[in-house]
Amino acid sequence: MKVLLNCTINGEEQSVLADTRDTLLDLLRDRLGLTGTKEGCGNGNCGTCTVLMDGAPINACLVLAAEVPGRSITTIEGVSADGALHPLQQALVEHGGTQCGFCTPGIVLAAKALLDENPRPSETQIRHAIAGNLCRCTGYGKIVEAIAAVAGSAAQEESR
Amino acid sequence: MQDFIYERPTTIGEAIAAMHADDARALAGGTDLVPQLREGRRRAAHIVDLKHIPQMTEVTVLPDGGVQIGAAVTAAAVARHPAIVADFPAVAESAQLIGGVQVQNRASLGGNICNAAPSADGVPALICHGAQVLIAGPDGTREMPVEAIFAAPGRTTLAAGELLTAIRLPPVAPNSAAAYRRFTPRREMDIAIVGAAAWLRLGADGLITDARVALASVAPTPIRAPAAEKKLLGERPTGGLFEEAGRLAAQDARPISDTRGSAVYRATLVTVLVARALADCGRRFGFEVAVA
Repeated sequence: MKVLLNCTINGEEQSVLADTRDTLLDLLRDRLGLTGTKEGCGNGNCGTCTVLMDGAPINACLVLAAEVPGRSITTIEGVSADGALHPLQQALVEHGGTQCGFCTPGIVLAAKALLDENPRPSETQIRHAIAGNLCRCTGYGKIVEAIAAVAGSAAQEESR
Repeated sequence: MQDFIYERPTTIGEAIAAMHADDARALAGGTDLVPQLREGRRRAAHIVDLKHIPQMTEVTVLPDGGVQIGAAVTAAAVARHPAIVADFPAVAESAQLIGGVQVQNRASLGGNICNAAPSADGVPALICHGAQVLIAGPDGTREMPVEAIFAAPGRTTLAAGELLTAIRLPPVAPNSAAAYRRFTPRREMDIAIVGAAAWLRLGADGLITDARVALASVAPTPIRAPAAEKKLLGERPTGGLFEEAGRLAAQDARPISDTRGSAVYRATLVTVLVARALADCGRRFGFEVAVA
């Protein structure tokens, strides 16, 4: 069934013609062309489709598009300003925390949500925050290092 | 996926009316329901979103000191609510074991119950705290102990058109403590091979006056372990007693063998986890008890 949804995506009000069966992930990728959000497992296990809903990380594949009106969604396209990388993206580049890159958008958003709430997390808190994001390349070490570098010395001292 | 009508009631009455339709399904966090619909494991012609009903999305501290948790309150909100963290830490800790952060931000405690997975991490601590589930339906409201809602894997005892509206935790008994332990191959984002919760109340003489032990993933539904509970009554809390209670709990369990673990392995895990959950209770009372 077609439905017109009014949503806030990356700070912009959007009116999108969607299907009631669409997930938020379908809405972002197929209706709005925001393909930075990736689909991995499609059932909430891998975290590649992580976006922020009202600032909290969620799996876009587990949310119906129809649930989105009234909520504010931030995708990977919304974290960099004027083409400049977000500090987390820059740190992932510098620390080699991205290899194939498929998990990276989800990791960036999960880490952003953590740092927005807790600017100086411990390594344990970083690992907990990204536990819902699978990475099959890096072994996580470099991702944790990158997030710790942005977070400042607290976590870096702990991991030394 | 079959097409459906999405409804967004704002009162429990409207939700009950919407649930009256054929093939209506309640939606809270959607972390179980959405993939079940997409993979064709469940059908729905009406999706009734409960997240716009204030009573179902609020945690309320009751006048008697108990806490009522709306069925659609997220695991993340349960884990960080000050009254739950202070008085029911085993419930708060259990909520933090359900999926990863992304899932906890959506999954509800009510959904964790109504999905009726034998492995539901949210449930054993609720059983140990004597939680009641509040149910509303076309014929009015009723309540029952949380363990009475489970019928079989994936099936509840709710009648057609009924909704779980809230979970009520009775006030904490003086000199009592609870804890939940689970075993998973991966520390996070995994399903319990076995989960075990324990609750103890001590008398002024230090002897156990009341005990509850609840198990997950070792029967078609979450269960109590009556033999273990009976053994604990009237005894002094020691490591030997806790280990004996673990052994008896393993006899109360009715595990199956599946891809996560064999029945024998699960029974062994029950022995260990029950003893450790009891030792965790001891730690909450302020004493160390060594168990295997």
